[in-house]
Amino acid sequence: MEAAETDAELLTRIRDGDESAFLALVTRYNGSLQRVARTFVPNEAVAEEVVQDTWIGVVRGVDRFEGRSSFKTWLFRILVNRARTAGVREHRHDTFDPTEPAVPPDRFDPSGAWAQPLAPWESDVDDRLVAASWGPSLMAALDELPERQRDVVFLRDVEGLSSDDVCDVLGVTEGNQRVLLHRGRSRLRAALESELTARGR
Amino acid sequence: MMLTMRREELACRQMVELVTDYLEGALPRRDRKRFDRHLRGCPNCTAYLEQMRTTIAETGRLTPDDLTPEARDEFTRLFRSWTGTGGSDDSGSGGDAPG
Repeated sequence: MEAAETDAELLTRIRDGDESAFLALVTRYNGSLQRVARTFVPNEAVAEEVVQDTWIGVVRGVDRFEGRSSFKTWLFRILVNRARTAGVREHRHDTFDPTEPAVPPDRFDPSGAWAQPLAPWESDVDDRLVAASWGPSLMAALDELPERQRDVVFLRDVEGLSSDDVCDVLGVTEGNQRVLLHRGRSRLRAALESELTARGR
Repeated sequence: MMLTMRREELACRQMVELVTDYLEGALPRRDRKRFDRHLRGCPNCTAYLEQMRTTIAETGRLTPDDLTPEARDEFTRLFRSWTGTGGSDDSGSGGDAPG
């Protein structure tokens, strides 16, 4: 079995007008683009237009892309720029409470120590069958994150962009990126924890 | 080592707020040491850190929705119109036939 072609290899073929390379790239990223676009615009239909517009930008700009940034970063930068233009210019504000705790206060005793013992999940998650069934709950929890947290967690943890690239794509400061990442990841952890607790009963 | 400057130990409640900075390598050296010291003596926070790592790893395994056949057709059509191909130029319709 051949290894999947890299983005750069696909781009080279796209420059030559290779349709199958283009479709391979679309298959690789379209779902992610759609999800990120959706956090900027009012509905799925507009998000689809933004995504399509992004792919036009890729095809038109492929000759000018010099590979200084990764393709992925370039791609999401195009998307976010178009989404901002198409979206409500004034972005809907997240209900973002900077003091929201990562863990509810009642989980700690008055000294600030854990009131109940905590166990790692490894043994549960390493079980292939269990792990496979985590996806849907995790994706649902991700979809429920406030938009900016969702964007950051999606680009960092699903797409694997570096923090620098995420700051670049979303136009946020490093500190802000880290706060959003922290809130988002903490919520996802809490979602998995309650899922696990519910299953354990 | 200036032990007089050593601040008090971190509480578990503080640990859970520092965990991302810790994983991102963004904690100042001194705080990182306090974090590590707490971890060594606290199985609960060690478990919490592991849970966060598991969460991150599981999130990394998520795969966004696949392209529907309809969308695939639509993108094929669009690509042809954007690139002005799809006519009868000499490159043919598919020079690429992976085995």
